[in-house]
Amino acid sequence: MEQVELANKNDIVMDIVNVTLRFGGVKALSHVSFNIKRGEIRAIIGPNGAGKSSMLNVINGFYTPQEGEIWFEGKRRPRLKPHQIAYQRIARTFQNIALFEGMTVLDNMMTGRMIYMKSGLLSQLAWWGKAEREETENRLVVEKIIDFLEIQAIRKTPVGVLPYGLQKRVELGRALAAEPLLLLLDEPMAGMNNEEKEDMCRFILDVNEELGTTIALIEHDMGVVMDLADRVVVIDHGEKIADGQPDEVRNDQNVIDAYLGVSH
Amino acid sequence: MFYREVGEFKTSYPHDSGSFSIRLDKYGYYFILFIAFVVIPLMINDYWASAVLVPFLVWAIASLGLNILTGHCGQISLGTGGFMAVGAYSCYKLMTSFPDLNVIFCIILSGLITAGVGILFGIPSLRIKGFYLAVATLASQFFLVWLFNRFPWFYNYSASGQISTPERSVFGILVTGPNVDPWAQYMICLLFAFGLAWGCRNLTRGSLGRKWMATRDMDIAAEIIGVNLLHAKLSAFAISSFYIGIAGALFFSVYLGAVEATEAFGINQSFLVLFMIIIGGLGSILGSFIGAAFMVLFPVLLKNILVGWWEWDAAIATHLEFISVGILIIVFLIFEPHGLAQLWRLLKQKLRLWPYPH
Amino acid sequence: MQTLLFALEVSINGFMTGILYALVALGFVLIFKASGVFNYAQGVMVLFAALTLVGLQQGIVPFEHLINNLLGTSIHGFGWNMPTLLALLLTLLSMLLLAWLVERLILKHLVNQNPVILFMATIGLAYFLEGFGDLMWGADVKKLDIGIPVGISDTVEQATHEWFGYGFFIDRLDITASIVAALLVIGLTIFSQFSKTGRALRAVADDHQAALSVGISLRRIWVIVWSIAGLVALIAGIFWGTKSGVQFSLSLVALKALPVLMLGGLTSIPGAIVGGLLIGVGEKLFDFMIGSMIGGATENWFAYVVALVFLLFRPQGLFGEKIIERV
Repeated sequence: MEQVELANKNDIVMDIVNVTLRFGGVKALSHVSFNIKRGEIRAIIGPNGAGKSSMLNVINGFYTPQEGEIWFEGKRRPRLKPHQIAYQRIARTFQNIALFEGMTVLDNMMTGRMIYMKSGLLSQLAWWGKAEREETENRLVVEKIIDFLEIQAIRKTPVGVLPYGLQKRVELGRALAAEPLLLLLDEPMAGMNNEEKEDMCRFILDVNEELGTTIALIEHDMGVVMDLADRVVVIDHGEKIADGQPDEVRNDQNVIDAYLGVSH
Repeated sequence: MFYREVGEFKTSYPHDSGSFSIRLDKYGYYFILFIAFVVIPLMINDYWASAVLVPFLVWAIASLGLNILTGHCGQISLGTGGFMAVGAYSCYKLMTSFPDLNVIFCIILSGLITAGVGILFGIPSLRIKGFYLAVATLASQFFLVWLFNRFPWFYNYSASGQISTPERSVFGILVTGPNVDPWAQYMICLLFAFGLAWGCRNLTRGSLGRKWMATRDMDIAAEIIGVNLLHAKLSAFAISSFYIGIAGALFFSVYLGAVEATEAFGINQSFLVLFMIIIGGLGSILGSFIGAAFMVLFPVLLKNILVGWWEWDAAIATHLEFISVGILIIVFLIFEPHGLAQLWRLLKQKLRLWPYPH
Repeated sequence: MQTLLFALEVSINGFMTGILYALVALGFVLIFKASGVFNYAQGVMVLFAALTLVGLQQGIVPFEHLINNLLGTSIHGFGWNMPTLLALLLTLLSMLLLAWLVERLILKHLVNQNPVILFMATIGLAYFLEGFGDLMWGADVKKLDIGIPVGISDTVEQATHEWFGYGFFIDRLDITASIVAALLVIGLTIFSQFSKTGRALRAVADDHQAALSVGISLRRIWVIVWSIAGLVALIAGIFWGTKSGVQFSLSLVALKALPVLMLGGLTSIPGAIVGGLLIGVGEKLFDFMIGSMIGGATENWFAYVVALVFLLFRPQGLFGEKIIERV
């Protein structure tokens, strides 16, 4: 029954077909294909320098691959600028936190709702009509996420002064504020202690289960990945070497070789 | 003890995003408005208008403008003088070409023309950042001043190369020209300054302001979140130039009455405004006003003491002014990069907890 | 033919000016490479060096106006002229002292700050130096003469007259300046390529952290580069001061080194030189050919506008390193 549902074309949020990305002569990705299904947590793993971040940047539209196609929500995605891709409701977090340091937590998250804010210059200048209305509407959504992530107390704190773990959480909040169809997480647990990791894991699972958000994440910590992910794709030297359930992947000979450094 | 938010409950989000979170702040604000709109116009005399209050208001508008671009959007500009010149010369051309047009509209239109020029010179900001951009904006400074000097059309072929303002009135009250009353001069500048500061506050707390600040803090992340950098930067250039253009128009028509481009809008004016926002506070509206007040009052004070009381050479007062301003800039950048406005904020923070700081 | 020769003469004169631009630009590049500081005050340092030199040489009492005003005295100079060589030496020493003070009082406190903040601090420094120089030596225009030959070179004029039937007017000062500038560039290149300090300099330019970790003292390096920049400023100040008198506008001319840098790329010494020559020749030729049609005095902005247009197409400059953005 489940198999049949998943086979439905509508349930594939993103399909990456035969993507190749080059920087000058260096191939960062070659002929990588995989898909992301609606409602799942999809992990992309691999050793250092395997091309995981490049993959995320391709999905995100920051890099444009030289070959291959990306299908999003059943449509082939044309070449877009990064800010246009945000309007397709793909949101992300960054490996090295990329918050707006001079702004408060609230403002950071409100910025995450940029794509829903459409009031004109004059309305904003007078703080009247649409500008004020849309500010309140969007504030409601953001406050819900603030509650969800349990960061009510630091709402009006400038993010620059927050500890690392909280900053990561705020960054997740900013991405969630966009109500994404696809959420990309770039090493959400990097540099955290165990407690912070557990918190973050719980938030990721909650986001997935309660909000029903589709998530693709890159992570180093294998233990975390195996617990979190529904399906895992393994990339090494820019090529896909395995794809499947965590258990299958864990026992895949190619994957073991890649991580242990056996030469091919 | 009295300055705190206890007992003030915000029951709606619009209320929470209001400008003054503590009641005392609001009263203080109304008090200052009362002084500015009622008390000062009754007491003002010619010296205070022309030496302190009018230049203060004009420079405050220019600082607001530069602060939008530099403080909020993070783009440095050294072309403020040039943009003020655009405002001044547009105003002059409008006033002399359409004598029936109300001077208020002339000033606003000058702002719009300057905004257009600002967009033009803002285009490089899409490719270059930081001091590269700063140097590129020097191009606008030198080019624009040269333009207004070399093409007699801009100064209506006057023999002196100067532009001087014709007499114009609003509601029957003379506001420009040599015979203007000090309070009228002051009032028109105050109205513009108040309106523009209010607009600036609204812009910077809304989505456009967040767009600018996001661009300033981390442009790549901003872009990925959905900020169109082209739009963010050019809108900052346009609105900033609008403010600076209005400042230039007021500087010429209401404040000085007659100007010559090289003298009135040289590169030193660009630096003056930059210093105002550094000393006042980057990204702060209050800071724009404090900075302008400081940079206007400081030389006046220095001159009054050194030249007026001690009878030193005026040249020495100028040299000491340069020295002190230079030192102040460095000291502020080292110890308080967010300027006097931040000191004020810290003081309020202390006051809020007083007398139980823990 | 006559016009062509005239244009050639204009170009040669522009070339000579360009060398002076390049000299100032070199000071910028040195400091930028070693400390990441975009030193806006370089132009004022040129003025300050020239002022100090003239002041010392002519025996002006430092701060004499201030002292007179403070104490009611009427001091006017020591009444003697200092030997040029001694004055040069003392000026050089004061530039070194300036470098040391800048490191001590400014740079040390702004380590790891946003480069834009540092840039603004150097604008503050420029203001300070301008006021300080004027207060110390007086703001009147001064004539600088340390014995460098000036005036139109007869030899060149006669020689060119014989060859082309058209005598080129070239200032002997410009010829000397070009030779000195060339020597300076060669000297600096040798210094940075072959001496131990030079190697440390290049290491710091490449990667501050890495340089620190192998035991290079950043602060010592900063003092050194600011001292070299002071030396370069002194030399530029001598030639420019001799050419057009020591006065405030000197620092504005020196400001033109900024667009030169944009053109050449912030991190490239050859870039500074090529950029300087291009701007020098370009602005003279532009003013000669097109300037007269649009009101003249285009030299005021030509350099900046060229740099601006150029940056639109090649943001890193002619020789600068390409900027790659990462997430």
